[in-house]
Amino acid sequence: MKIIAVCGMGIGTSVLLKINAEKVLKMLDIEATVEAADMTSARKASFDAQIILTTPELVESLRGVNAEIIAIEHFFDLEELNTKLSKALL
Amino acid sequence: MAIFSEAFGKDSILIRESVASREDAISIAGELLVLSGKAKNEYISSMLEAIEQFGPYIVISPGIALAHGKPSDAVLETGLSLLLIREAIEFKHSQNDPVRLVFGLAAIDHNSHIGLMSELAEFLLDSDKVNSLLTCSESWQIRSLLR
Repeated sequence: MKIIAVCGMGIGTSVLLKINAEKVLKMLDIEATVEAADMTSARKASFDAQIILTTPELVESLRGVNAEIIAIEHFFDLEELNTKLSKALL
Repeated sequence: MAIFSEAFGKDSILIRESVASREDAISIAGELLVLSGKAKNEYISSMLEAIEQFGPYIVISPGIALAHGKPSDAVLETGLSLLLIREAIEFKHSQNDPVRLVFGLAAIDHNSHIGLMSELAEFLLDSDKVNSLLTCSESWQIRSLLR
């Protein structure tokens, strides 16, 4: 399974999201690769992805992509990531 | 955390009483990257464009912003800077305002800094360390906490 973490530039927030999402996926025992991407490359990268993780502000600009979009409010709240990823994947 | 502490070059950490605006805060974090040899001046504009274009989501956690532009020729070396502001400043984030810590990030590409970000994430998850950081009055104290 492929998950994409998206932020405006693809180097800051998205990378932090990727790191924390990987921790949670490990806890949930779900095998998935998480890629960080910027807004421009996210659309292209999303064709074979199941989930896109991003910030609430960027959800609107990602509408229409071929993956479920999950907005994460607190990137350092592993509990939130856990709840939202479990709901989508389990 | 060698990668993490080494990412902060000489003159990359600053404590300020106050800043005029979030843009001011981002510019200072950018100037620290320039002063410490991580980026050229143009990178600061790229950091400011990011917040203008994509909004205040760079406030990644309550009180903490991660200001960055995109990888480009304006980045000389992957690295971090840190601005501690005594008087918290609004970034217009819906939940994580106001901000007192602004990390500046320069990355040469999309992947080579992932180990560094992972150490930054570990650091930020440690609320004791973050709280001690907020009480520092000298940049050397900050540096010793970043180890």
